[in-house]
Order: sequence, then C-alpha cells, then structure tokens
Amino acid sequence: MAEITVNGKSIQLTEDGYMTDPSQWDKDVAVALAKADNFELTDDHFKVLEYLRKEYEAGATLTIRKVGKSGIVDIKGLYKLFPGGPLKFSSKYAGIPKPTSCV
Amino acid sequence: MKNLVILGAGTAGTMMANKLRRALEKDEWKITIIDQFKTHYYQPGFLFIPFEIYNKQDVIKPKSNFIPPGVNLIYNEIDKVEADDNKVHLTDGRVINYDLLIIATGTQTRPDETPGMKDKLWYKDIFDFYTVEGAVALQKKFKSWQGGKLVMLITEIPFKCPVAPIEFVCLAEAFFAKKGMRDKVEITYVTPMSGAFTKPVATKMLSELLKEKNIKVIPDFYLERIDNDQKKIISYDEQEIDFDLLTVVPTNMGSEMIERSGLGDDLNFVPTDKHTLQSEKHENIFVIGDAANIPTSKAGSVAHFAGDILFENILSYIEGRPLMAKFDGHANCYIETGYGKGALIDFNYDTEPLPGTFPLPGIGPFGLLKNTKINHYGKIIFRWIYWHILLKGKELPVEADMTMAGKQKVSI
Ligand SMILES: Cc1cc2nc3c(=O)[nH]c(=O)nc-3n(C[C@H](O)[C@H](O)[C@H](O)COP(=O)(O)OP(=O)(O)OC[C@H]3O[C@@H](n4cnc5c(N)ncnc54)[C@H](O)[C@@H]3O)c2cc1C
Repeated sequence: MAEITVNGKSIQLTEDGYMTDPSQWDKDVAVALAKADNFELTDDHFKVLEYLRKEYEAGATLTIRKVGKSGIVDIKGLYKLFPGGPLKFSSKYAGIPKPTSCV
Repeated sequence: MKNLVILGAGTAGTMMANKLRRALEKDEWKITIIDQFKTHYYQPGFLFIPFEIYNKQDVIKPKSNFIPPGVNLIYNEIDKVEADDNKVHLTDGRVINYDLLIIATGTQTRPDETPGMKDKLWYKDIFDFYTVEGAVALQKKFKSWQGGKLVMLITEIPFKCPVAPIEFVCLAEAFFAKKGMRDKVEITYVTPMSGAFTKPVATKMLSELLKEKNIKVIPDFYLERIDNDQKKIISYDEQEIDFDLLTVVPTNMGSEMIERSGLGDDLNFVPTDKHTLQSEKHENIFVIGDAANIPTSKAGSVAHFAGDILFENILSYIEGRPLMAKFDGHANCYIETGYGKGALIDFNYDTEPLPGTFPLPGIGPFGLLKNTKINHYGKIIFRWIYWHILLKGKELPVEADMTMAGKQKVSI
C-alpha cells in the first residue's frame, strides 16, 4: 500500500500505484499520478480518462479494442497517447483498477 | 409442452443436452439442439496435429453420437435470436419458439479482423492451429520446413484455451530437437499480455520453463497488421518482428449470430452473470462455455464445471426457485510441455494457479505447476474422458467448486 497527498487529500494506492477508491479521483489527482511516472497529461489524455471512468462506472469491461471503437481515439492514437501499455497507464491515471486480462 | 432450446452442439451444448434430458420429464419438456455442422471436433486435439501426434481422424466424430434419444437435433445455421419474442430464426427460414434458451455457440477465430493475416501467405507461411484445416495445413508445412524464425503470435485477448500457444511452442521445440534441427529453428513467443500468462505465479513458472527451452518471449505486443511482402508482424506502437513461419491465434469472437441478435459485447460475447450463468438482459436465457463473457478461461474444463452449476440453476428456474448455485470460475488445464511431460494449473475467479497436488491433497497423482510425466498422461487421458464422460454430462471425480486443499500459498 502506498499513499499520496493531493490538495491536502490523502489518496490510497495499491502496490502497483492504482487508486483503491475511484471516487476520490479528480483532475489534480490524475496529474499527480502521472507526474509520479514523469508523464504529462493533455486535454486529449483527459478525454480518454473521462471515457474510461464513465465506462467503468457503467460496469463495462475495458479493453483496448473497446477504447479504439469509442470514437474518441483509435488504437494507434491510444498507443501514441500512452506509450508502452495504453490501458495500464490510462486506467491508472483515470483512478480505476488495474485492467485484469482474463485467462 | 414447453420448449427448451440449446444453440450450439459443441462441448457445452452437448453436455447440457445430456444432463437435462435425463432430468426433465419428456412429456413436459421438449429439448431441441441446433448446430450448423455434423462433425464434433475434439479441439484440444488440434494442438497435436502439426506434430504428427494426432491426425484429423483422431479428433472428429459425428455429433449425433453424443446427442441422447429424446432430443431433437437440427443441423442448420442459426440466423438470430429474437429475445423479446422468445424465437430463434434459422437461415432456412424456420422459426423455433422457446420457453428457455441456452446459448452455447462458443467462439470462433477471425483472421479477417487483422489486416494481412488472411492474405497471400495464409496457409503458406502463416497458419493457425485453432481449426482443423489450419492444424492439418501446418502439419504438411512442418514436414518439409528447413528451419528459420518460427514466431507464435497471440493477436488479442481473450482467446480460448490460453495455455495452448505455450504448449505449442514447447511441442515445437521438442519436435525440432527430435528431428535434429533445433539449432536451425529460432522460436519466439509474442503476446499482448505482459508476460507468458496473466496470473503471476503461473507466469513465473511458465517463463522459467520457456527460458530453459531457449524460447524467447516478447510481451506487450499488440498486433496491428502483418506485412506479407517483408514477412513482418507490426504492432500498434510500431514494433516489428520478422518471421519465416508464423503461427497465430487470430482474434477470437463469439458467433456472428450473437451480433445479429444484438445479444453481445464488442467481441460478440454474451454479457452473463458470472455466478448464476443467466444472461444479464433476459431471464429465460442462460449462457455456457466460450460464448459467455465471464472472466475465466474459455476452456472445455470450465464448461464442464459450469455445467453442474447451470444444471442446478435451470432446474431452480423451471420450478420458480431462486438461482442458488454459484459458479466460482473454476478452470483446470493440463499444459503439455514436450518430452512426454506436462504441467497442470487449477484456479478460479479469485484464486490464481498455485503449486500443490490434484485432485487429492498431498497425494495427487497430478502435480500443480510442476512439470511431470504423470501430468502428460492426464492430458492424454483427457481425450478419452472428453468423448466418454464430459460430453455425456456424466460425473467426474472432481468437484465443480475449486478447492484450496492440496494447494500451497506462495508469495513472489
Ligand atoms: C487448439 C485448442 C486446444 C484446446 N485445448 C484445451 C484443453 O486442453 N483443455 C480444455 O479444457 N479446453 C481446451 N480447448 C478449449 C475447448 O475446446 C473449448 O473451450 C470448448 O470446446 C468450448 O465449448 P463450447 O461448447 O463453448 O464451444 P464449441 O465446442 O466451440 O461449440 C460451439 C458450437 O456452436 C456452433 N455454432 C456457432 N455458431 C453457430 C450458428 N450461427 N449456427 C449454428 N451453430 C453454430 C458451432 O458449430 C459449434 O459446434 C482447446 C481449444 C483449442 C482450439
């Protein structure tokens, strides 16, 4: 368990750095989480984060394919925005749980 | 007279037809099962065909052998389900009414989803082994192949039998060693997952195994397209890998019938309650096997364990009782590792594969997450069990719920 403080609010994180309580999320928290990875978020990133949060709240299973079909960004664009692990990083900054790939 | 209709006479549908025909009164319930093909394929056997361990005739039998008397078997493609009207439409125009529907249409490979996959090199230098055609074509290719870069590529998750590509590279390694040409074959395992498998303890064990066999693993590779001229696979983030011979697990999707019926998610899998196996949208529709979107392996063993739960819940549903039986996601997979050995994993929604013994705690005979000869026999015997016990919906001496007895908790 780790913890960061943003605007005086203490945010609990899992060992992998994912928020344990998605309801604590706001834009400042996202920026702080990204900053810890030396990553800077733009408006285009936030569009993806907000889409992920909306789908997560609706109980959807999130996949790269699904984001690619969202109309917000295609898969290639998603990789450009979040290189190296688009769903892993975007989920982290969106304050939702680490995506589990089902076996 | 009421109608129970089962869509798909593969592993799960056949098993349910057998279980339910024994339990339901013939003068109260008519049972109909529908499939497009007359041949039942033992899909786990496809893995062995490229290496000449099995041939086509070892993995096929007529579907009708396994459908019990008193079940109406229809061979025809299903066009769509009209769930609001409780009707199934067949492509020949027939309409079948149901009171209770079980969807068991499985998953299919869709090479057409990836640019360049089903192209010039398809079944020349690019093969799948998830269909009997692909497995047989690959067997032919291997007979005369002189060696080079063999790349095993997983296109997208989820896909059925998630251990099959690992088994494939292990068997290939042993196959080429036996042929005296292992030094001419470079084997690479490419996956969109972040390791050889998704769950940490099993990934560790399997990664070590692949390393021992000098099989290279390239994780986090999400395929965008295949360049047939340059013989390269290219990912969305522009990594490129050369191949001489490419074996693929194409994108797996549920039946197009699901899409036409508006019953699926973006991969045509049906949103299903992971515990009760009831469709999330329609209370008189249940889903079993690979067709469901439940977060566990798409495997015959899962369909088998889920079958016990579904059976109880269907009887409860018919009698108007609450659905009490809860599926725990139990999966049990033998992993063929070559040289007459195998490994075994046993897990569910909440517990990842752990080391230990199975099914008897401390005794086995099978070793969990261990590479042993006896596990290999488990896999070989599985074919007999499949035809004679599993499809017929008979009891196996293994409980539907996973047990922690015999497992060791480990931390890595
Ligand atoms: C290479 C390979 C190795 C495997 N190894 C293992 C293993 O070792 N252990 C294990 O447990 N599992 C293994 N599996 C997985 C296992 O075979 C499947 O999970 C299992 O068969 C799923 O059963 P199902 O009934 O859901 O689907 P299926 O058995 O695929 O049946 C679906 C049926 O629906 C029919 N259908 C679909 N759409 C329509 C339509 N529109 N109209 C009419 N009919 C339709 C199809 O014709 C088919 O008969 C392996 C699979 C493969 C490919």
